[in-house]
Amino acid sequence: MSYATQKLAEEKVFKDPVHRYIHVRDQVIWDVIGAKEFQRLRRIKQLGTTYLVFHGAEHSRFNHSLGVYEIVRRIVDDSFSGRPEWDDSERLVVLCAALLHDLGHGPFSHAFENVFGLDHEYFTQQIILGDTDVNKILKRVSEDFPQRVADVIGKTYPNKQVVSLISSQIDADRMDYLQRDAYFTGVSYGHFDMERILRVMRPREDQVVIKSSGMHAVEDYIMSRYQMYWQVYFHPVSRSAEVILTKVLHRAKALSKMGYDFKQQPTHFRGFFDGTYTLNEYLALDEGVLLTYFQLWMSEDDPILSDLSDRFVNRKLFQYIEFDLAKDYMKMKELELLFKKAGIDPEYYLVFDSSSDLPYDFYRPGEEGERIPIHLLKPNGEIRELSRESDIVEAISGKRRTDHKLYFPEDILTKDGKKKALKKQILDLLT
Amino acid sequence: MIEEHAKVVQFIGAADGITGRKKLQKMIYIAKKLQYPYKEKYEFHFYGPYSEELTLRIEELCNMGFLQEERQDKGSYVQYKYQMTDAGEHFTKMAQVPEAPRDLVACINQMKDKSSRFLELVSTLLYFDYLPKEEQIEKLHVVKGKLNFSKEEIDEAFTFVMNLMNERAIQ
Repeated sequence: MSYATQKLAEEKVFKDPVHRYIHVRDQVIWDVIGAKEFQRLRRIKQLGTTYLVFHGAEHSRFNHSLGVYEIVRRIVDDSFSGRPEWDDSERLVVLCAALLHDLGHGPFSHAFENVFGLDHEYFTQQIILGDTDVNKILKRVSEDFPQRVADVIGKTYPNKQVVSLISSQIDADRMDYLQRDAYFTGVSYGHFDMERILRVMRPREDQVVIKSSGMHAVEDYIMSRYQMYWQVYFHPVSRSAEVILTKVLHRAKALSKMGYDFKQQPTHFRGFFDGTYTLNEYLALDEGVLLTYFQLWMSEDDPILSDLSDRFVNRKLFQYIEFDLAKDYMKMKELELLFKKAGIDPEYYLVFDSSSDLPYDFYRPGEEGERIPIHLLKPNGEIRELSRESDIVEAISGKRRTDHKLYFPEDILTKDGKKKALKKQILDLLT
Repeated sequence: MIEEHAKVVQFIGAADGITGRKKLQKMIYIAKKLQYPYKEKYEFHFYGPYSEELTLRIEELCNMGFLQEERQDKGSYVQYKYQMTDAGEHFTKMAQVPEAPRDLVACINQMKDKSSRFLELVSTLLYFDYLPKEEQIEKLHVVKGKLNFSKEEIDEAFTFVMNLMNERAIQ
């Protein structure tokens, strides 16, 4: 029996709070889960700084990756298997892609990538294709198998149906994270009837469609997504923590560039500070490493680095106000000047941030668009775009909601001490 | 982050307006691949490299009044034209973004003269620029098989990229 088709002597199961059980029969899947690059995902939280607002949100990218794998496994084994439109020889590649789709995420992904100009998708490709344990396992299937898995994740795989299971407007990735994040944050949004959606998914050329009888379950899924974005993912306090985290890393990088003599040499960061990082250096990072540095940086002599680190570790977050950049742009400039006069560096302590989401977008022939829409399969075989059939989805299609905030350290401005009048002037402008 | 917004406004201003969302996406991607400092993240999508971040940024800039979006009904399809507004011009000055270098302006204007189909071809080839040329072309045919790019078009795309790179290196 080839490695690609080799099954475990007994099925292994992982107990999971969202899907109850995650089932593994394939030797390849079992081996990939055991690889050190995959185990590293246990040390990276799925929701970054959200745990500072929703204390339950400590779940990891490891949990989520297993969840996406399980959803895809159910789709291909239970819903697609045996259907003429589905090529069963794609089963293993799509299962591996589901499992590995987030492999390249780093610690506190978004902030870290932003500061060091990195891209987790690039690292996902590098880990799958480079000299790693994951690559060695995938290569045992066939020489080109790692590349095929990487292509599915990178959306450049020839079979678009396979790609859309992992990445589309109704894919396994979203279906898992909405439910998982709702469970761990404890919010009541994010729930929808996934079993129903999986039962009515059908493979078609270049895409996966939903039987129209499942439309209401899909509506629920889209509304869940909308609620989760605004209630959890874009929560302003969580954004405040992310703003501070970004500024801690910015400050450490700037100090390194200035030749600052750190009490504890930031060995793990050197390659990222000067852009000479290697894949192994990237893999050596996790959130434990970052938090250890933040603890150490609290004792640094640089007042900005120590203050920002203390703020992150001890959750002394920035305050925020709604801020319309177009209307208040001059006010922003004035605030920057006043901050400088007050001895507060606006580069680190006055931060404009925006969040935006599009709950469902669609592409109709004759319109420009990049997102492939959700298609419904009618009983007569006709395929219709979802928003043409659903009034609820039509109502929110293409409607983007944006939210702009200005973050600042209110505690510094209200503290008694020097430059009181100046700080009051700043506060008056901010409130 | 304000600087990133301002750079996009400046880009559209330097082009004296850009017609087509796809075209705008590809133009900034190509400029980014030529090492001009744009930070928007790109992934491979329906029409090749695409940045959700850029889409969001454009939408925000329109909401803020720094860009103007004009919907143009072309009969069988709809196109969107983006132009920098007076407020947008003021914004780029206030954000203190350095003036666009001459080579970037020349690059923008050369791209603007090309069709979105051609820019889709160029940006897709650039997306696979880590591969040897033959494999780059092979990959293009895999992901863009339905567009049937001819050998002449592909040759022209490679020449176009080479010229842009040379001009970028000369400046």
